[in-house]
Amino acid sequence: MAGFLTRRLGEALIVCFTASIVAFALSHIGDNLSTAIGGMEATPQELARIRAYYGFDRSLPAQYLGWAGHVLGGDLGTSFFSHESVTRMILDRAPVTLALALSSLTLALLTGVPLGIAAAVRPGDWPDRLCLFLATLGQAMPSYWTGLLLILVFGVELQVLPISGTESWLSFVLPSVALAWFVMPVLARLTRAGMLEALGADYIRTARAKGLPRHMIIVKHALRNAILPVVSVAMVQLGYLMGGSIVVESVFALNGVGLLAWNAIQRSDYPVVQGIVIIVAALFVLLNLCADLINGALDPRLRR
Amino acid sequence: MRRLSPAFALGLALLGLMLLVALFADVIAPHDPYTQSLLRRLRPPAWAARGSFDYPLGTDGFGRDTLSRLIYGARISLAVGFGGAALAGVIGVALGITAGYAGGRVDRVIRIIIATRLVLPSLLVALAVLQIAGSGLLIVILVLGLTSWDRYAVVLRTATAQVCVQGYVLRARVLGCSHLHIVTREIFPNVASLAAVIFTFEAAQCILVAAALSFLGLGIQAPEPSWGLMMAEGRRYLTTDPWQITLAGAALATLVLAINLVGDGVRDWLAPEMRP
Repeated sequence: MAGFLTRRLGEALIVCFTASIVAFALSHIGDNLSTAIGGMEATPQELARIRAYYGFDRSLPAQYLGWAGHVLGGDLGTSFFSHESVTRMILDRAPVTLALALSSLTLALLTGVPLGIAAAVRPGDWPDRLCLFLATLGQAMPSYWTGLLLILVFGVELQVLPISGTESWLSFVLPSVALAWFVMPVLARLTRAGMLEALGADYIRTARAKGLPRHMIIVKHALRNAILPVVSVAMVQLGYLMGGSIVVESVFALNGVGLLAWNAIQRSDYPVVQGIVIIVAALFVLLNLCADLINGALDPRLRR
Repeated sequence: MRRLSPAFALGLALLGLMLLVALFADVIAPHDPYTQSLLRRLRPPAWAARGSFDYPLGTDGFGRDTLSRLIYGARISLAVGFGGAALAGVIGVALGITAGYAGGRVDRVIRIIIATRLVLPSLLVALAVLQIAGSGLLIVILVLGLTSWDRYAVVLRTATAQVCVQGYVLRARVLGCSHLHIVTREIFPNVASLAAVIFTFEAAQCILVAAALSFLGLGIQAPEPSWGLMMAEGRRYLTTDPWQITLAGAALATLVLAINLVGDGVRDWLAPEMRP
């Protein structure tokens, strides 16, 4: 287990490093940073002053090292526009995005996994057909469109749920459903496939032969094996959800990290964009590591 | 030949229809998709109370015919979808085969590149690049290709490594064939079906992402009849005229559904081992 851990950790660190280079490059490919701050009307002298002030006149490696050093210390820089600390800005908005990500993933798991199990228990029967139908449909509908349709039905026609803002938990219902509707199919399909494979295995036949009750076989024996890929994918999906349900946050005017990223991109506020990219990447690395560890704990064969 | 499954047949029919519509857009579309008119703004579809068959699906906020815009929009969606997926395929297949064939240090480096791509939030990166580079059909395709090659690379890397230990590859090596010959003649034909399967799913994915980029205003630019853009423009009339959003979204969902169904069918036919 120790070797497995150090190898995964080493890889994770390297990927963090390469991802940080991309995040840094993203804001420096344009070479228009000083214009972004000074505006189009800025004189050459003003631009030169801005360059010196922000250190854009240094070589790129020097700028990168300076930035990376600060990032490691938890300082993501300051916004070009509000001059707030980027770390502060992200932390302020993280709870909204986190709540949205967790609630939609929970919703997707609570619907997708049982649907997948029901489909696999009797392949070809109506739960299986329903599962495939919902999965195919869900994967074809972009979440912002689902969101807009939900707004139309529940916000405009029925007027039973709030369609924007973050005043109460009710505001999270529609965006969570919109996101879960897109995530659920993946989880349902994976659960179904994993369960089908597990239910056909020899140890299930043994368990049946022993006369174990059916629910016990399904939950304790088959699901434990079938859930492995679901765990990995659920972690990846959580990463996607946290990294910006940019579109859904903008549709429902939820003031989370996604909306922050979107506003920053529109205003060319590169320190914010760069900060969010690197934080999301680091989060992803962490989640992948967690998935590996959970899977390693569930299945010792994976610890090679 | 095996009988087509009903889902595969439906997918093929829908996709074929969309291709025909896109190809013959100028013949089928009842109106010019760009002509604006203040006199006929926000007409509802023909089946609604004030609708007329002059504008079967109504008009948008600028008085442009919705049906014609949807028809021309199919061209854009198909171009970004297949263009993006093809470019991603070139990058991903090259990386995957190189990693699987070379192994060792090259493989380790490519694995890091793949992992880096996977941890970066692709929509965010795509938006940031488009903001700097400007928008347009070609740039959108380029950005889609650069951000969605990962699945090709992951799958082909494993598949190539498996093919490399087969007798015919070893035989080619022993005979002194060049690396290029082995990769193009022995390995690629054996992993191409996997790439073809991924291509269909990625095309659907690219269409969804491109629509999201347009929806956010950084993809295809107005006045082009992109479906994502139509939804963005329709948001202003969400409470009074929901048709724009409903119809453009439905067109998008139908196309993506069709491609996914075809993808499922192609997968079951070419690479049943990839079934999830």
